[in-house]
Amino acid sequence: MIDPHLQHVPRLGRHPSRFRLTGTPVITVMLGSAITVLPVIAQAPVMPPFGLLLLLSWRLLRPELWRAWIGLPLGLFDDIMSGQPIGSAMFLWTVMLIGIDAIEHRMVWRSYRQDWLIASAGIIFCIAGGVFFARITGGGNIKLQLVAPQMLWTVLLFPFVVRQCARIDRWRVMA
Amino acid sequence: MARPSSRRPGHNRKAQYSLFASYVVAMTGAAAGLLLIGVAIFDPTGFAAIRTATAEISRPASLGLRNMVSGVSSIDEILTAYWRAGSQNVALRHQVEADRNRIIEAKAIAQENLRLKRLLKLVDEDQSDLLTARLISSSSSSPRRFARLNAGRWQGVRTGMPVRASEGLVGRIHSVTPNTADVLLLTDSSNIVPVRRATDSVPAISTGLGDGTVEIRSLAAGRNPFNPGDILVTSGVGGVYQPNIPVAVVVRIEGEIAYGVPLANPSKVDAVVVERSFEEAVTRGEPAPAEGVVPEVANNATAP
Repeated sequence: MIDPHLQHVPRLGRHPSRFRLTGTPVITVMLGSAITVLPVIAQAPVMPPFGLLLLLSWRLLRPELWRAWIGLPLGLFDDIMSGQPIGSAMFLWTVMLIGIDAIEHRMVWRSYRQDWLIASAGIIFCIAGGVFFARITGGGNIKLQLVAPQMLWTVLLFPFVVRQCARIDRWRVMA
Repeated sequence: MARPSSRRPGHNRKAQYSLFASYVVAMTGAAAGLLLIGVAIFDPTGFAAIRTATAEISRPASLGLRNMVSGVSSIDEILTAYWRAGSQNVALRHQVEADRNRIIEAKAIAQENLRLKRLLKLVDEDQSDLLTARLISSSSSSPRRFARLNAGRWQGVRTGMPVRASEGLVGRIHSVTPNTADVLLLTDSSNIVPVRRATDSVPAISTGLGDGTVEIRSLAAGRNPFNPGDILVTSGVGGVYQPNIPVAVVVRIEGEIAYGVPLANPSKVDAVVVERSFEEAVTRGEPAPAEGVVPEVANNATAP
């Protein structure tokens, strides 16, 4: 019996379709934002922002993939899905991507740990900024400690998400 | 690994311009995002119409998933029920014996009540219920607490209508799309509900804390009148909520503030009831709106 995985062997010389190359990262980030479709009626901000995690993963895995403006359309979609005021993730994600670009020029050595550090800073910036924007747009007196657990496990979840992202990336570039 | 060099376009003039333009676009877009938030400060539901398309598209998915998991969500309760099943069984039997007498008494009182009302020619007509629907998803990753309702403008749901379950108050409608509506839950930090203690009508204000509990502040100055275990119901002040809907039970006291837990858990309730605003339910059917007197018997002949 032939292993089904051997039926289709990735080879050199074949090229994956253009849609697969450019569309896969965008679609995965949008699916991450659409996690709020799940029928969980949360009593507290418990769900990690998967859209943000996937955006960071793709950005740090493949720095050449996107320009900084990709934060605008993806952030708008995230705002629409997440219940945050429209413009919140648009602003925060774009500023975060510009910030990562600026930091990358200054860092001489990069490894997995530096990536995790950059991602942690990005996650904390985006979640804290989201709280600030929710508060000034009629959200009442939201305390920062309300989202502290969410921040913590989003940071801890980053290594797992980046691995899955790398797995999807391998499928993406291999025809 | 050394730093990636892909962000350095080198001497290629076209690549340099393209990189520069991408930053210009990003900066402009970020400024536009700030502008949108600036608008939202003054009009929080202003751009809610943008959400219409995604809300409508994601509705069938959420509804289908909700139908699948509605049995799974109570599995923890079933498991804890097996723990200490024997002693619990004995305690519950005693409870049932005690409650049976109470129920018989209550039935007699209800009958007497009905008879007295008939004597007074009072007609009890509660037309406040609009429809029953289900909560299908929520803003689980945001610090705001919204839940999405599986009914919208086409079903008659309007902004500001109170939403309740059989256990108690759930929240009120924040924004509507044709087939869905966003419910501002009781625990959202911007949801303020005027309440009173069920036993002696001590007035208070309930504000959500965003983490599944509410903060209760007494309206009277002086020491905190609440004790753990007090049940709070809506007072009907403000005209949004019907009076006497159960809201929360006080669990903890800290100085001037009492902390309560909502009686209706939105993740456990199977269906919620959308009601008309209290003001609307009382004044509906009035022939001349200029009169300041609220009619005692609501006229059910016309509905707006």
